[in-house]
Amino acid sequence: MREIQVSQITETIEHLCIEANEHLPEDVRRAIQKCRACEDGEIAKTVLDDIITNYEIADAECVPICQDTGMACVFLEVGQDVHLCGGDLTEAVNEGVRRGYEKGYLRKSVVKDPIRRGNTGDNTPAMLYTEIVPGESVRITVGPKGFGSENMSAIRMFKPSAGLQGIKDFILEVVESAGPNPCPPMVVGVGIGGTFDKCALLAKKALMRPLDERNPEPFYADLEIELLEKINQLGIGPQGFGGRTTALGVNIETMPTHIAGMPCAVNISCHVTRHKTEII
Amino acid sequence: MERRKVALPLTKELARTLRAGDEVLLTGTVYTSRDAGHKRMCESLAKGDPLPFDPSDATIYYVGPSPAKPGQVIGSAGPTTSGRMDAYAPTMMSVGARGMIGKGARLPEVIEAMKKYSGVYFGAIGGAGALLAKCIKKSELIAYEDLGAEALRKLYVEDMPLVVIIDCEGNNLYEEGRREYLKAQQG
Repeated sequence: MREIQVSQITETIEHLCIEANEHLPEDVRRAIQKCRACEDGEIAKTVLDDIITNYEIADAECVPICQDTGMACVFLEVGQDVHLCGGDLTEAVNEGVRRGYEKGYLRKSVVKDPIRRGNTGDNTPAMLYTEIVPGESVRITVGPKGFGSENMSAIRMFKPSAGLQGIKDFILEVVESAGPNPCPPMVVGVGIGGTFDKCALLAKKALMRPLDERNPEPFYADLEIELLEKINQLGIGPQGFGGRTTALGVNIETMPTHIAGMPCAVNISCHVTRHKTEII
Repeated sequence: MERRKVALPLTKELARTLRAGDEVLLTGTVYTSRDAGHKRMCESLAKGDPLPFDPSDATIYYVGPSPAKPGQVIGSAGPTTSGRMDAYAPTMMSVGARGMIGKGARLPEVIEAMKKYSGVYFGAIGGAGALLAKCIKKSELIAYEDLGAEALRKLYVEDMPLVVIIDCEGNNLYEEGRREYLKAQQG
């Protein structure tokens, strides 16, 4: 049994919020550069050059890559041999978000009520997911998520008879209807299986996986590659101005589901897909 | 393509020279507002009250910047999704506002209003908040301070890189750009 003070979780989340918002992950940079090299649309090339300049400025000057510094999605994988002490874990996570967003001059983009609105003023609460796993460490991932792209996401409960073709058509349909709104080039996170809620979570988790890591199952790895190719034949292009680079990557996560169902969730993200992980 | 320099205010005559697909560098005064600010402005107009700024030939930038760090004019400041302002844009154009800077698709009724009032819809690169902040030389809070990031600001921008997405004749780069790209691929 290992004891970890929740104050350590607060401190880690504080700096992960800041770093994730200022420094684009290496995998996303590599994907953007790779797409720039094979882009053939004229305005598209200018747009991708500006996108590269933008993350370089953010990097050098330690400012947010995008003004929408997102809702703070926090994933905690807590080892079952860890005893978290010194306070309330959820409050410790929120305190980390509160401090990070204040200290990092990040935008506070959370309202306290979905219908009656009103900014919470500190970007809390975090969208917190905890998982108990074997071991005695805590793995923390912070993924700030902007809403220009979140608003373009969708979930559908398919009949199993819709099959693989139904899933493929749906993913392309979601990308097509998102069009220029989610700041393409986008990243497409797909969840297939589970229940309604688990399926959406799988799609969000898919966005946290590096873009150059394929699904370990060859069937789904091939599907990721095929879908990316099809999406990049749509012609939407960077910012929707026309071009090859509509998406930087497609990540698929799956799990078992009910005999009567085949849920599919598509969580759309933008070229500022942020995730930063640290292990305590 | 060469980026053309455009100086505000956006008069009707100037608006008519801009065409969908033009890459421009914009200089002049723009006002910031998102949906919460637009809602208030339209409520003021409905009551016959004046707006916090003179809307004649004005350009509105749909943006909610991040807070400025010490020594900065403004924090990161890229565009937000314009579609959320579609409910208010025709009203704003009816009182003289002509330019809009944002990202994403617009409804047919907004495009109709643009044709009627010679409006222009410019696209800034969504997600390029750090780059776009560099073009903002002055920032002054002028109204709705309680809205935080959504407060109304008066900005002076210099050589802001934009693309004309929809011009005052209703030509739309989102449709044309994609069509031309796909045609070139097949050809």
